Amino acid sequence: MRVPLSWLREYVDLPATETGRDVQAKLISAGLEVETVEHLGADLKGPLVVGQVLTIEELEGFKKPIRFCTVDVGQANGTGEPQEIVCGARNFAVGDKVVVVLPGATLPGGFSISARKTYGKVSHGMICSSDELGMGDDGTHGIIVLPPETEVGRDAIELLELVDEVLDIAVTANRGDCLSIRGVARETAIAYGLPLRDPALLDVPGPNAFGYPVKIADPIGCDRFTARTVTGLSPEARSPIWLQRRLQKVGMRPISLAVDVTNYVMMELGQPLHAYDRGLVQGTIGVRRAEEGEKIVTLDGVTRTLHAEDLVITDDRGPIGLAGVMGGANTEIADHDDLENATSDVVIEAAHFDQVSIARTARRHKLSSEASRRFERGVDPQAAAAAAQRTVDLLVLLAGGTAEAGVTEISAPSAPRTITVPADHPDKVAGVTYGRETVVRRLQEVGCDVYGQDELIVTVPSWRPDLTDPNDLAEEVIRLEGYENLPSTLPRPPAGRGLTSRQRLHRRAGRALAGAGYVEALNYPFISEQVFDQLGLDADDPARRVVRLVNPLSDEEPVLRTSLLPGLLGALRRNDGRGSHDLALFETGLVFHPRDEQRVAANLPVDRRPGDEDLAGLNAALPDQPRHAAVVLAGAREQAGWWGKGRPADWADAVEAARTVAREAGAELTVRKGQYGPWHPGRCAELVVTVDGEDRIVGHAGELHPRVLKALGLPARTCAMELDLDTVQRAGDGIPQAPGISTFPVATQDVALVVDAFVPAADVEAALREGAGELLESIRLFDVYDNAEQLGEGRKSLAYALRFRAADRTLTVDEASAARDAAVALAGERTGAVLRS
Amino acid sequence: MSAPNKSYDPVEVEALKPEEIERMRDEALAAFAAADSLDALQEAKVAHTGGTSPLALANREIGALPPHAKAEAGKRVGQARGAVNKALAARQAELEAERDARVLVEEAVDVTLPYDRVPAGARHPLTTLSERIEDIFVAMGYEVAEGPEAEAEWFNFDALNIGPDHPARGEADTFFVQGPGGGSESGVVLRTHTSPVQIRSLLDRELPVYVICPGRVYRTDELDATHTPVFHQVELLAVDEGLTMADLKGTLDHMVQSLFGEGMKTRLRPNFFPFTEPSAEMDMLCYVCKGESVGNPDRPCRTCSSEGWIELGGCGMVNPRVLTACGVDPEKYSGFAFGFGIERMLMFRHNVEDMRDMVEGDVRFTRPFGMEI
Repeated sequence: MRVPLSWLREYVDLPATETGRDVQAKLISAGLEVETVEHLGADLKGPLVVGQVLTIEELEGFKKPIRFCTVDVGQANGTGEPQEIVCGARNFAVGDKVVVVLPGATLPGGFSISARKTYGKVSHGMICSSDELGMGDDGTHGIIVLPPETEVGRDAIELLELVDEVLDIAVTANRGDCLSIRGVARETAIAYGLPLRDPALLDVPGPNAFGYPVKIADPIGCDRFTARTVTGLSPEARSPIWLQRRLQKVGMRPISLAVDVTNYVMMELGQPLHAYDRGLVQGTIGVRRAEEGEKIVTLDGVTRTLHAEDLVITDDRGPIGLAGVMGGANTEIADHDDLENATSDVVIEAAHFDQVSIARTARRHKLSSEASRRFERGVDPQAAAAAAQRTVDLLVLLAGGTAEAGVTEISAPSAPRTITVPADHPDKVAGVTYGRETVVRRLQEVGCDVYGQDELIVTVPSWRPDLTDPNDLAEEVIRLEGYENLPSTLPRPPAGRGLTSRQRLHRRAGRALAGAGYVEALNYPFISEQVFDQLGLDADDPARRVVRLVNPLSDEEPVLRTSLLPGLLGALRRNDGRGSHDLALFETGLVFHPRDEQRVAANLPVDRRPGDEDLAGLNAALPDQPRHAAVVLAGAREQAGWWGKGRPADWADAVEAARTVAREAGAELTVRKGQYGPWHPGRCAELVVTVDGEDRIVGHAGELHPRVLKALGLPARTCAMELDLDTVQRAGDGIPQAPGISTFPVATQDVALVVDAFVPAADVEAALREGAGELLESIRLFDVYDNAEQLGEGRKSLAYALRFRAADRTLTVDEASAARDAAVALAGERTGAVLRS
Repeated sequence: MSAPNKSYDPVEVEALKPEEIERMRDEALAAFAAADSLDALQEAKVAHTGGTSPLALANREIGALPPHAKAEAGKRVGQARGAVNKALAARQAELEAERDARVLVEEAVDVTLPYDRVPAGARHPLTTLSERIEDIFVAMGYEVAEGPEAEAEWFNFDALNIGPDHPARGEADTFFVQGPGGGSESGVVLRTHTSPVQIRSLLDRELPVYVICPGRVYRTDELDATHTPVFHQVELLAVDEGLTMADLKGTLDHMVQSLFGEGMKTRLRPNFFPFTEPSAEMDMLCYVCKGESVGNPDRPCRTCSSEGWIELGGCGMVNPRVLTACGVDPEKYSGFAFGFGIERMLMFRHNVEDMRDMVEGDVRFTRPFGMEI
């Protein structure tokens, strides 16, 4: 809402020294978000005067038509001689009154005016357009032609009210009353502690039986309708300068007198109005719901197909307006340019429509108008009669019309809303002792009637439909007493239990991966389904079952991720493209899986706690959303440098990332040979944990399939790991137990075992561990060797260092050897391993 | 080697004469002094203290002396050998020190060589800033609460007093999830704020409730320098008996002091949100200029555009209707809540100029933030 300070001053006697910035500060502290203060004409300097065009000479031979004019500016130029001015505009004639800027003046934007030679003549000033004067659009796209009665030589800065300040206020959804000068003036008056001259306090004649006939079929959608008629409007009458200027300052374009007047009154009082050309309305005006599929052409020329919930204004033919949103083209007030068909009689509508109904219609038809914005946020139903009266008065005054005596007023019975609230409620909400007296005074200031002592009975004013609950009243008191005066106190929460184990694991996994050189990337969860093909997923892969968006940002990525890899690999590719080639990235985040049985999340009541079953039903309607952790790697894992050679990232780094995460979770991770979609079939590890005694595959790690790398444009040998962090967490041990530390000497035994190349080292190690028994302290694979000449084709040698130690004695060589032999024997039995000779 | 002499042959004990022993000692000392390396010293050591050295041989002769002469000769030889060993040790230490000094110089390296064998990783600053804020409140006794990102409309809107006709519930602002059979009605959206976690907390936890709710949220904005459709919020909710707006103010003040230092404070401006009443917009004092750039064109402040205050987010007293929807008696309990965007705070706290830097995952952006911020 744009509010000219000059207009505001009409209703509140602000001190003359008060600037727009001052008023802004006061209103912000009272709760109106004044976003900017625009200083109109700040750098404007005269002389800027009214002139009358005496002669026009058309200059030939230029690319565009140019006029050389003489203009009478009275004594404003000091000589009284006609002013010679070159002008490129053509929308004026000899005898017209225009605005002339004389040499020595400065126009908005710091544009200094001096006599200058142009088109072979000397131009002593300029004839001005509204643009040049910073007035905004007046619809003429040319120079300003003033009414003929304007006095020559008069100062145009004052005449056109070019110097002013305009506050731009972002009005919140609850304060429809502040979409009017009246409402903002009321807030200003309260903020300054000054009286308000309420422009809605007018003498209004009572309703009678001979007004324009109106029939309301839906008193819920329309609880109030006032109709007034003005006849005999002069077709030549134009909106006076002051009215045009005010409309321009609030951001509206002057159109025609009748329309301008309705807009003006809407801005002044907040009541949307509509003027119908009475000659075009046929029969009784009605208000009803539309018939499904019914059509109307609105004032913007668009044909709209109506919905059965839309509220329409009708005459005998059918809809003539989309109620509270926009009028219809078939009863539009005629333009001035068409004098023959000019509107001479108008019917004024000042009605009150249901907030929700208007909001829905505006949204349904994607048609937000000044009227619908106000009705959606709440209009003062009591202002309708005054607004109609104000419109009638202005049309009579400015267009020479005659007000018909008939006054139609239909209103559904209603009682003012009252709220009962303890007098100390605002104190309790704020944590400040205001006292009853202050509370009552503040509520009265906003227009409430207040009765009662400890328990206040508060009747809220008709213009504040947002005041419904005790806390609304508390807010009024607290904001007027100043949010800035609230003290600062700290509550004392009960002792907390710190982070949950899931939360701690989330943090620790991130820290551990970052500590291992991975950089976190947070990717959008929007993906395309095509990526599943690129990742080589089977047609029936469960990851292809997706949650789909109704309104995705991009049609290319309409579904939610079931894996973190598409996003992470995208980030990897982006980094690679930007010249970072040695990359290790990680992400932890939710993935989305639809439930097996899909259902709609119900709309539960809000007037009480829903039942546990209903709440469980809501949760069952949500996708399953486990948290995953993933890494991707490419390029060098270790850089080459003065210390020696580097090392490319490989499958083992990806598997180690999984171990790192599992270690943080305190979960035992089993790594098995696996085979899954995106991964190289010979370099894919399946990651397994045990939850409640059951093996669960939680993810995969290794080098990606060359086909995937090609399809996604990734660097060679890119590696990846992804696992379900929530399941890993569930596999984690609760409290780590301290091992017993023996101080007896260690006995070390090395063994080299030869097995078939396809035998997993993990199986050999597991057999050695089991076979060695409890004397075994640790086992470490320190060499893998696969020389065909020495071992035979398809064989490999695994060299292990076994460390034995007893808790209670020094082991003898025989004891250690016996344990080693048992280990080797079991490995031989399980995996066919033989000691390397 | 000869066996102990039992014959007391006076000729053979020539070596035990005092002047002979003195000579042997002096020769040894001279040899040690002359040794200019540890190797040379080793040779001299063998020659003068070894089993066949003159002094060792002399020592062996002592047994051949008559009993009365043994003590004196033994003493002479012992003293000489003592002096020789001491000199040897001293020279040994001297030469080792010389060698060490030389070797350590030779072993010197250029300690300024860079070492980026495995470049450091980093966590995303949005993650670590969020955790930093969580920790402030965890230290006060709050608990961290989380919820799903694909959320039921009832949690995301209705229970928060955002009625079915609220404009935010349109497709222009909210991502809707497709329903069964691809229908548009699912009752599920991508949560537009972390406020549904407040509802879940009130439903699931015992009163009083003090929680901090961090998380990812979604709105249908296109990505540009100042907008992203996926962003992060932190919300706080406190519901207890007798909580006031002054408590809200104090909690906010404490947070900005913890994050930005002593003397920081917040400012509340009236605003409107359906889920709080009274509601307020919260600003914090500009932590860079402390408000001194206001009306001071000579010292403009980029961080707050010389406004003196930085907009943080929204807050207010929990609307009693929200409490009612969660089965909390609004006559007995009151609460406050606030929420703000982490991206925005990261931008002004760490001078991030473009929102896209936070979403693209460029390692050059994230690395400098390390593990904590």
